[in-house]
Amino acid sequence: MAEYKPPALPAPFNSTNPAPELLTQGAEGHLYKTFSLDPSIPAALKVRPSKPYRHPILDRRLTRQRIIQEARCLAKLVREGVSVPAVLALDWEGQGGDEAGWGGAWLMMEWIDGPVVRVVLEQWEAWMKKNASSLDAAQLEQENARVKALLRRIGKALGGLHKAGVVHGDLTTSNLMLRLPAEDTEAKASPTGVSTQGEVVLIDFGLASQSVQDEDRAVDLYVLERAIGSTHPRSEPFMEELVHGYRESHRGAISTLKRLEDNPVPLSPPSPMTMTECFLPYG
Amino acid sequence: MASHLETLDIPHLPEPLSVYVALYRDVQNAAFLRQQLLSGNKEFEYAFIDASMVFSRAHATAAIFRAINDYKNDRLKSHNVHSEIVFALNPANNIADSFRKFGVTDSTKDLLAVKVSVSPEITRDSVAAHLEASVQGTPVPFDDQTVSEISDVARIKKVFKLGALPSPGDKNSGPNAKRQLEMSLVGAIALRGS
Repeated sequence: MAEYKPPALPAPFNSTNPAPELLTQGAEGHLYKTFSLDPSIPAALKVRPSKPYRHPILDRRLTRQRIIQEARCLAKLVREGVSVPAVLALDWEGQGGDEAGWGGAWLMMEWIDGPVVRVVLEQWEAWMKKNASSLDAAQLEQENARVKALLRRIGKALGGLHKAGVVHGDLTTSNLMLRLPAEDTEAKASPTGVSTQGEVVLIDFGLASQSVQDEDRAVDLYVLERAIGSTHPRSEPFMEELVHGYRESHRGAISTLKRLEDNPVPLSPPSPMTMTECFLPYG
Repeated sequence: MASHLETLDIPHLPEPLSVYVALYRDVQNAAFLRQQLLSGNKEFEYAFIDASMVFSRAHATAAIFRAINDYKNDRLKSHNVHSEIVFALNPANNIADSFRKFGVTDSTKDLLAVKVSVSPEITRDSVAAHLEASVQGTPVPFDDQTVSEISDVARIKKVFKLGALPSPGDKNSGPNAKRQLEMSLVGAIALRGS
C-alpha cells in the first residue's frame, strides 16, 4: 500500500517550522499537534481540508458551517466554565493548499496534556483481568472505587456540558480526556500503575450543537453508556455511578434521565466491532 | 528607550513579516497621535491601542494574529493591517466603534503601539527611532504583569459582554478566573464575524 499523504496544510501552517505533526485523521478532519501563538505553548490544530469531489460552493459552505459550529460551542463552554479545549484562533475561509483545492478551514485549540479515558480504562481493565485474583478484598474494593469515582466525575462533567446548553453528539471514552495533574500520586499508590487523576476534559465537538432538549441530552448519555458497555466491560457495572454524578450536576438532569429510561425501543447493544468503526475519534 | 521595542515572536506567521510592539505609560501627547491617524499621516501607520483595553499579551497577540492572517488572505475589513489590529480587538463588527473603544483617544494615558513590517524598509531600528521621537511617554516592558496593572478589566468585560465571569483578583474568584477570562476574549476575537 502506498504511504498515505495527507492533503497540504492551509496557510499559514504550510510555512510553520517545525511543521505541525499529524496525530489522527477522520472523515471530516485532520488533527495536528503544533504550537499556539506563543511558541512555548503547544496547541492542537484541526483542519477540515477541502473535498475535491464536492461542488466548490457547497464544499465551502458546509466546511464553514461545521467549523464555526464547533468553535462556537467550544467558546461558549469556555465562557460557562466547562472544561473543554479553548479556541485560540480560527479561519473558516481557509486558503492555500495545493492547486486542486482551497486548502481548508482550520481551528486552533488549546492543547490538553493527558490520556484519553478510553486508554485509562483499557489499561486498568487489562491489568485487572490478569491480576485481579491476586488482590485481597480490600484492594479489590479500592480499585473498583477508583473507577467508580472516575465515572462519577465523567457524569458530572457531562452534566456541566448539558447545563451550559450544548450537546456533544459523539460521546465516547475516546472523546474524554484527563488533564494531567501537577503531581500524580495515584499511579504509584495503585498496584495497577494506572492513574485516574486529573480533571475530566471533553474534546472533539465536531458533531456538537446547542440544544437543551431532553431527547438530545439523553442521546449523549445513551451513546456513552453503549460505548462503555461495549469497550469497557469491567467498568460497565459501574454505569450507575456515572448516572449518579450526572443527576447531581444540574436541575434538568432528572427529566433527561427519565427520558433515557423511557426509551421505548431498547436497542440491542451493537457489537464492539461496529462501535469501533462508528466512534473512532474525529471520525 | 529604543531597547523597549520588542520584536514579537508569533509562530505561524510567514517569515518576512515581523511584529514590533512597545508599551508606554503616562503618555502626554495622545491627542497628537490620534490626530496623525485621523489625517492619514503615512509616517504614523501604527496600531495605537489604548492599553487599558488590553487584558494580557495573549489577548493582544490573538488580535494581531487575526489581523495579519486576514491581511495575508486579502480580506481586510478596514484600511490597512494596523487599523485591522485595532478592529480585531473589537468583538463587534463596527469599525469606527472599535477605534473609539480600543484605539488611542485624546484621554489615553497608556498606549500599546504595534507595527507590522509590511514593507522591507520597516526595520526594528526605524520603528524604534520613530516611536522614540513621536511618543511622549515612559516605555515599560510589555509583559502580563505590567499589562495587568494597566488594564481596565471591568470595561473590557463590559465591551465583550462577559459581565457574568469572575474578575481575577476578586475575593470569591477562583485560581482559574484569569485564564477563563483570557480564553473567552481570545475565543471572541477568533470568532468575530462568523
